[in-house]
Amino acid sequence: MAEKHVVAKVADFADTDRKLVEVKGRPIVIFKLGEEWFGMLNRCPHQGGSLCAGHLISQVDSDRPGDYRLSRRGEILRCPWHGWEFDIRTGEACARPGKFRARPVGVSVLSADDTETVGDLELYDVSTEADLVVVEL
Amino acid sequence: MNVEARPNLSKVQEARVGIADCDVHPNPTSLEDEVFPFLEQKWRDHIETYGMPQRIGFAGGTQYPKGQPRASRRDSYPPEGGPPASSLSFFREQHLDPHHVDLAVMIPLRIGQALQNMDLAVALCAAINEWQQEFWTRKEPRIKGSIVMAYENASDCVAQIEKHAHKDDFVQISMLSRTPDPLGHRKYWPIYEAAAANGLPVGVHAFGYGGNPPTGGGYPSYYIEDMMAHAQSCQSLIVSMVYEGVFDRIPDMKLIIVEGGIAWLPSLAWRLDKIWEKNRMELSHVKRPPSEIIREHVWLTSQPIEEPDKRQQLVETIDWIGWENVLYASDYPHWDFDDPKRALPVQLTQEQRDGFFRNNAFKAYGLS
Repeated sequence: MAEKHVVAKVADFADTDRKLVEVKGRPIVIFKLGEEWFGMLNRCPHQGGSLCAGHLISQVDSDRPGDYRLSRRGEILRCPWHGWEFDIRTGEACARPGKFRARPVGVSVLSADDTETVGDLELYDVSTEADLVVVEL
Repeated sequence: MNVEARPNLSKVQEARVGIADCDVHPNPTSLEDEVFPFLEQKWRDHIETYGMPQRIGFAGGTQYPKGQPRASRRDSYPPEGGPPASSLSFFREQHLDPHHVDLAVMIPLRIGQALQNMDLAVALCAAINEWQQEFWTRKEPRIKGSIVMAYENASDCVAQIEKHAHKDDFVQISMLSRTPDPLGHRKYWPIYEAAAANGLPVGVHAFGYGGNPPTGGGYPSYYIEDMMAHAQSCQSLIVSMVYEGVFDRIPDMKLIIVEGGIAWLPSLAWRLDKIWEKNRMELSHVKRPPSEIIREHVWLTSQPIEEPDKRQQLVETIDWIGWENVLYASDYPHWDFDDPKRALPVQLTQEQRDGFFRNNAFKAYGLS
């Protein structure tokens, strides 16, 4: 059963769109995309590259040579090593969906008032930190 | 034949003893700061005034921009700044230490071996050889250098080889695969003779600026095609060296093909044998079947290793190549880096693993 873990403050993302944290000994990268939150095991399923250093790009589609359409800006995570692309929502590999899948994890934001049931709170001063980032793993 | 029905794609292999990595690419923080001090003032003035013209017109860099900035892993930039692999401490921290690398063979790239101004090329290559020692090999014994040379000027190459070959700092002679003429051409033979006489292999790394299109069919449209063309140029140079009789003439010649892939070698050797058998009149100077010559004289580095869906097919392919002829390489810090823990995710015997990750390299470089 997945447990909730407080891993960061929302304020940590004021100047960045990502943060690398550790949950149950596993490296998890958290992304903030606009007002949405995403989490991913920080290992590329291909050769293990650190996805935290990856580039967030658009989905590129094409029906024929010379025809390129961009969509879903920032929702495709490109591995910093070999360029494998993964859907940040599902973890599916764009080139070979059946072959590799990155592992997404649930991320949400809780107000400090609602975090009594969440562990790891000793890491944070909940009386002054309004919103906390929570990973389910 | 035993075929593993379900090869384990996620199989992770921990290296038990230190490994040999036959292709890494340390960079100067900047040419001006680290390499130019080894150049005479006249060459520094020359570069400032006239630049460094390549054989490929109007090209300041590579013809095909890479899929990642500086062709590098995005996580390979040193925390203290500078380009990837320009910091020895971060090189140790990110690669040598965690991957238990005992031997890392550095191959400097984009330094102007084939500049149009041959004297400038000679001077730059000499400076790069000094830089390798000063900034890397004397500071870190696990790192060994490659003697780089302006290979269109064989007599100066021989001088560089004679100057450095006896040093512990260097383990091979370095050339590139895309040369103005096929590498079996006799203008290159003095280089091979000097390398063999000094007991060093010639490592031919993919790339180069020979002035010819990267494919036999001209200039392709996409970077990926440029990447694929390395296997073509590596095959062409092996064909050239075998049929021109380089290995018959120089029995101690050792050739290491770097970064061209590996899986094409068996079919190439089969075809070479077939054609050789039928054209003895033209190729009477080639005394043995080409496949035998290749097995004896040619090594391939593994990266970028082919990744068939059935990974166990790689084992069969290496069976055909010969397990003693394949050397592990990472290509750190470049984007197509192969992690040693994941480069060959198949069942191997201890002997195969030890050879691939270490022993073959020590043998090829003549190290103990």
